[in-house]
Amino acid sequence: MTDRYHQAGGTPFAPHTEAETAAMLDAIGAESEVDLFDIPESVAFDGEFGIDARTEREIREECGRLFGENDDLVEFLGRNHHGHYVPSLVDHLADRQEFLTSYTQYQPEITQGFLQALFEYQSILAEVTGLGVPNASMYDAATALGEAATLAARLRQVDGTRVLVPELLCPGRRSVLDNYVAGTDLVVETYPTADANVDVDALADAADDDTVMIYAENPTVRGTIEEHLADIGRIADDAGALFCLGSDPVALAILEEPASVGADVVVGDASVLGMPTSYGMGLGLFVTREEFIRQVPGRLVGVSTDDAGNRAYTLTLQTREQHIRRERATSNICTNQAWVALRTAIHAAMLGASGLVDLAETCVREAEALAADLDSIDGIDAPIHDRHHFREFVARTDRRAAAVRDDLLEAGFAVHVVGDHEVQVCVTERTERRTDDLVAAFEEAAR
Amino acid sequence: MTDDREPTMTGYDQARWIDGDEPRYEPLLSEKDETTVEVGGDDGPLPDDLTRDDLTLPELSEPELARHYTRLSQMNYGIESGPYPLGSCTMKYNPKFTEDVAALPGAAVHPDRPDGTLQGTLELMAHLQDYLARIGGMDEVSLQPPAGAAGEFVGILVAKAYHEHNDEGHRSEVIVPDSAHGTNFATAALAGYDVIEVPSAEDGRVDLDALEAAASEDTAAFMLTNPNTLGLFERNIEAVAEIVHGVGGLLYYDGANLNALLGRARPGDMGFDVMHYNVHKTFATPHGGGGPGAGPVGVVEKLAPFLPAPRVRERDDGFERFDPEYTIGKVHGFEGNWLVLVKAFAYIARLGDDGLRDASAKAVLNANYLAERIGYEVPHGPFHHEFVASAGDQDAADVAKRMLDYGVHPPTTKWPDIVSEALMTEPTEIESRDSLDDLAAAFEAVREEDDETLAAAPDRTTARRIDQTEAARNPRLSWHDLAD
Repeated sequence: MTDRYHQAGGTPFAPHTEAETAAMLDAIGAESEVDLFDIPESVAFDGEFGIDARTEREIREECGRLFGENDDLVEFLGRNHHGHYVPSLVDHLADRQEFLTSYTQYQPEITQGFLQALFEYQSILAEVTGLGVPNASMYDAATALGEAATLAARLRQVDGTRVLVPELLCPGRRSVLDNYVAGTDLVVETYPTADANVDVDALADAADDDTVMIYAENPTVRGTIEEHLADIGRIADDAGALFCLGSDPVALAILEEPASVGADVVVGDASVLGMPTSYGMGLGLFVTREEFIRQVPGRLVGVSTDDAGNRAYTLTLQTREQHIRRERATSNICTNQAWVALRTAIHAAMLGASGLVDLAETCVREAEALAADLDSIDGIDAPIHDRHHFREFVARTDRRAAAVRDDLLEAGFAVHVVGDHEVQVCVTERTERRTDDLVAAFEEAAR
Repeated sequence: MTDDREPTMTGYDQARWIDGDEPRYEPLLSEKDETTVEVGGDDGPLPDDLTRDDLTLPELSEPELARHYTRLSQMNYGIESGPYPLGSCTMKYNPKFTEDVAALPGAAVHPDRPDGTLQGTLELMAHLQDYLARIGGMDEVSLQPPAGAAGEFVGILVAKAYHEHNDEGHRSEVIVPDSAHGTNFATAALAGYDVIEVPSAEDGRVDLDALEAAASEDTAAFMLTNPNTLGLFERNIEAVAEIVHGVGGLLYYDGANLNALLGRARPGDMGFDVMHYNVHKTFATPHGGGGPGAGPVGVVEKLAPFLPAPRVRERDDGFERFDPEYTIGKVHGFEGNWLVLVKAFAYIARLGDDGLRDASAKAVLNANYLAERIGYEVPHGPFHHEFVASAGDQDAADVAKRMLDYGVHPPTTKWPDIVSEALMTEPTEIESRDSLDDLAAAFEAVREEDDETLAAAPDRTTARRIDQTEAARNPRLSWHDLAD
């Protein structure tokens, strides 16, 4: 396919005709494009990558075929990656080129729109957490947790090296945390859980003056709702440690407000709003207290006035960041997840307070109802934890969990295996209409 | 200069929602509505001691929201608004079809499914790993890092694990040139290394004597961008590699400037051991107002066992994920920014060998053509896909603000600081000659203006010059802070 602008073999995304290229070379005083490269012969590459160019249509077909290779499953999956239904409005507005194709707002005078959207995103996080300093995004919940630990290291008044995390924690999240503290003297240790929630007495025993951060989740990775958050906050306080709480904006619409239970930092995945299931791609929410503002990682959008005296938005406190502070920066993050934050804000605004509360209550009710239905099946106990649940719960299977999982896959359903005889099931408004089918499949698979 | 043209100052007035003579800015969502909903109570599914009391958020109809965000978008400058020569950021056009490919329903899968049910996803990842390895001249690639800085972090952690594996954990220093991206310094520090900064030579390249003096048995790695942030190819790259390897260190390639070299040179052939790719730069995935990007990492064979887990490989019975033998673990809760990776795959497939080579050729052509015509001095050369001009007696930040009035996005300013009043300019291959002439006219016009005019700029944008001091002195980060 060739036309005026797309010469055979060239990139279709450069507008140069041959005549223009020649005229430009002439203006520069160069013979050819190759002459412009100042690359010593010994390291020049004159081979081929062996990558065939395809047309747009061919690539769409190729990827359509590839994704067709993925089994068509109804996913009852969660464990730190949750896909709620995303309204069409989110895609259409977020895909406007002014948002999608711009970059970081280094020139705030021509990027007021995105800055305001990020300010609104920060405001929504401030509302659901009750904390005053939200940043404009981290990569995902796991890296936000890692950044929280380095924040704790920067804030410590005296020595202290211990970061305490629950023994039930997604291995991926733990591994990321370990890597983020690898360059510090911090040591990550686990504390016991009781029936999936924090074992408060054991945590009180474990915490000491050497503890700089205590991490807990609500809901937990097993979907249970924490009952003693204020106690955890007190234990952290007594130890002089930060209380870092992991959650998400849907859960926080109804669960206890983090600020009211003494949380100092809230991390988690904000992309539960705004993003469909995306193979684990997320949006790290990060909110902390005002007194820590100079030590926060990531970009912050603030308010100021312009020369005409009008309100204007701008990135602020940039002296914390790598492009200015270099090796003394609060983080190495530069490119973040701003566009996902925009999507989250649009989705939250579309739901509003009542829609968000409805959605969160659905996550409680559906999990409870599905657990009860599964519990009525011979060979299944659900939920195994005597707790309230949010979105997901763990069930015990008499058969080996992997065998149950495989039979369910055959029937077109995906669940997690979390133990030899334990499966985890996640249900949201997106899958609630398929729960009867799932229960029927479980009846077969449980035998 | 031939074909001189007057800057028109037309075609680009940002939305300001003028109401009479007064600008009427788009109100915050919270200024349009605030609805408070009680949580819990008798109808709620949870006991009251597990819930908050209430929630207050804006609650707007779909048409109101559509207008709100459309107006906000009209107060934002994107690549399709006009030239975006933001140096070091490679602001290319983002092909529309890549968005559609990423939106294919089969792409929306959960990563915790068994490999056998994810064959299409894994196959695409395997292809992309392979493409990137070929393009960089690397042996193996991890797709996990969700951004360039995350890629640097992986690269340095891999280097650290490699040294520790070889009983050389005593290596405590990472060397970085003074012209490097700020992320290089921050990444090395995050990984626990002492950062040793080496000054550039007079010609803007690595000072071999300084490097030799800095390199020692404590050196874990040397991080380098090539072409460097001045757009200059490090002609002595083989000597650099010899010095670094000579003391047992590893050579790290920062992929920010790879758009200069596609099909002309590969980091692996230059002696680099580990590199990251910025797919949101080189491979045209959207920058999204700051992200998401993706920063895959390529390594030579000896470093492959240390890469993040999991990676993807092809077996006789299909594709599978596996954990490399001495993996550093993970730097992302799952496997990175998947949708961004899909778009990068689609872009690379669209261009192929010839298209990739042509993209770099046109990027370098455009930078050279533009530099010839802007009137500002460019002290260092020959440069490739970007150049750093000096604003001379003018303040580079003021030059940038004034350029906004001429309807273009300005260059990156005041960095790298080895050029005084730096204007770091990267037009990319997407600009036509005509568009470059417009851009050059804007530079030229600003160059002729006095300091007073520059200091008063901009005046044709949504907001006038914004008071940064006020924003920092009294940080207000949410609409709750405005109510006070």
